[in-house]
Amino acid sequence: MSVTMPPQRPVEDDNPKKGGTRVSRGSGAAKKAKDRLTSPWATAAAMIIAMLWTIPTVALFMTSLVPGSRYRTDAWWTVMADGDLTFGNFNQVLFDSFGDNSTAPPLLEYVFNSIVVTVPAVVFPLVLGMMAAYAFAWIPFRGSSFLFVLIFALQVVPLQLALIPLLKLLGPENLGLAGEFSGVWIAHTIFALPLAVFLLHNFVSHIPREVLEAARVDGASHTQIFFKIIIPLSLPAIASLAIFQFLWVWNDLLVSAVFGSADTYPLTYPISNLAGDYGQYAYLVPPAAFISMIIPLIVFFSLQRYFVRGLLAGSSKG
Amino acid sequence: MVPMEMQIAASRVLPTSGLGADFWATQGQNLLMAGIAIVVFIVIVLLIMYGADLIRGRGRDKITLIVLIAPVLLLLGIGLVYPALSTTWLSFNDVSNEADPDTGIYTTVMQFVGLDNYRFAFTDPSTLRTVINTFVWMVLVPLLSTGFGLAYAVFIDRAKGEKVLKSLVFMPMAISLVGASVIWGNIMYDYNQVGEQTGMLNALRSLVGLEPYNFLTDNPWNTFWLIIILVWIQTGFAMVILSAAIKGVPVEMNEAASLDGANAWQRFWSITIPSIRSTIVVVLTTITIMALKVYDIVRTVTQGRDGTDVVANRMYVLSFVEGREPLGAALAVILFVFVIPIVIYNVRSLNKVKENH
Repeated sequence: MSVTMPPQRPVEDDNPKKGGTRVSRGSGAAKKAKDRLTSPWATAAAMIIAMLWTIPTVALFMTSLVPGSRYRTDAWWTVMADGDLTFGNFNQVLFDSFGDNSTAPPLLEYVFNSIVVTVPAVVFPLVLGMMAAYAFAWIPFRGSSFLFVLIFALQVVPLQLALIPLLKLLGPENLGLAGEFSGVWIAHTIFALPLAVFLLHNFVSHIPREVLEAARVDGASHTQIFFKIIIPLSLPAIASLAIFQFLWVWNDLLVSAVFGSADTYPLTYPISNLAGDYGQYAYLVPPAAFISMIIPLIVFFSLQRYFVRGLLAGSSKG
Repeated sequence: MVPMEMQIAASRVLPTSGLGADFWATQGQNLLMAGIAIVVFIVIVLLIMYGADLIRGRGRDKITLIVLIAPVLLLLGIGLVYPALSTTWLSFNDVSNEADPDTGIYTTVMQFVGLDNYRFAFTDPSTLRTVINTFVWMVLVPLLSTGFGLAYAVFIDRAKGEKVLKSLVFMPMAISLVGASVIWGNIMYDYNQVGEQTGMLNALRSLVGLEPYNFLTDNPWNTFWLIIILVWIQTGFAMVILSAAIKGVPVEMNEAASLDGANAWQRFWSITIPSIRSTIVVVLTTITIMALKVYDIVRTVTQGRDGTDVVANRMYVLSFVEGREPLGAALAVILFVFVIPIVIYNVRSLNKVKENH
């Protein structure tokens, strides 16, 4: 899913106006104009929003430490006051079983499934998208604009529209890949391509024309230009999209539920099932949800810059 | 088609508790397979690209072009365009299994039924309810997320510790919808009929002497409480984009207005808002599409109970659990119809950008 940004829209890192802002910071009028919308009320509102957006996640962590025997009857703050919080749930969920002991596998299995699903599902669309992006940006051919607009429009098409036929295509009567990791990879790759092509095209088409023309004059082929010039210069865009796609696939439920099987389900699947259950194993859901968030949160906080840059490059996906 | 949930139940009868040698063998195998898939994929791409490069003469550029775009076009054609058309066709049909009188073999028979599936969608009360709910999501989620995001972006603009404050609100973007649903459904909204309230919101209510409230069963307000979950996630997105736009508003305009005696509030409405209007539209449409397709939240928190179901979840249940695929297809098409205006708007603005370029 994506929406084109208006061309004049500034981007964080290369905003030409930013310099001007800094220069005029000293003058009195500028200082006055820079009066933020500050009133005690605005500050209070910002603080409240910041708290509302943070506390729930902290509460999830605290709740995951409540032992099963007290989960239904006592809130985490009561359990904490009694000094009964324990990491035992994490152990049980990860290594014993997530749910009923006799039927449910441990969550660690799903952690591995998430990794196995996600990594190839990030690499494939990036490589294929990069190739098409270069072609659309720098190799003129008939129908180029039409095809590009079509791909762009496909970003907005709800993937629900493609699920049933694509499942049949990948299913046992045809390719026989549904329920396998390969089937999930293919589905994720297909659904990621419109955004990947669009985002990378935006970046690749802004590489200075002189650079490519000089290479062409020197007799470089498209293949050589692609590997020696385009890929190295596009690394920031590739990084943005990789993080984007990583978070998207890791957090996905729909594609994995439809194209996967008990052998491939990622973390989101069993958590979603058990969470809606509200049964005797409900106390295992918060630690599991917290475990599922650890890796994306690490990726997010360490690579936030690239993620934001990807968002600002004009798209978001859902 | 055998309902998927049943297949899963059947494949899980053996006790699998604990981590044996089998466990590590399977995981190792899977990881190895993923690694090999990536290596093989990249080697094939390299071989084909450099293979095309060996061609001499004028054909080389043409072959290279085909190598570059064919995979994407093929995958999108087979995986997205054809399925979309096929789903649309399916939505005008009914599917039944009929046994051949001689052989007894079942075959699937498609029968054209016109708009019957759509008639069902708009007359069956529970399905119609999902359409209405989806519409409510589509309207409220973008408005609330953008509103909160804009307010927050303005309030913390150039404040001390702006980066940290931004990260706090942006963080839920990294959390899955399933994770967020657990957070809100199980942690914030939890409701106990007896004993201590363990959900934080009900604990707060008890603290101020109010009766505990069952957030998730009180129809129609429960849909609103589910919507809050997506707002919680999308506000960070709106905030980051709008904050960048606000920083791009020329400072001279604010200076001039300030000299004319406009206060911060007036400058916000007469300068900031008009300057970032196109960005606001982008944020609104992006979040609208997101809200339309979300099924994770409803599935995780209520599983559609108590009148909270949405089209995306109902479509999943009809198609993949109940095996009523034509009805599911009709709902998917209805979702698509909701976004057509946005597709048209988007293509138009893309063409505008291209003309300016």
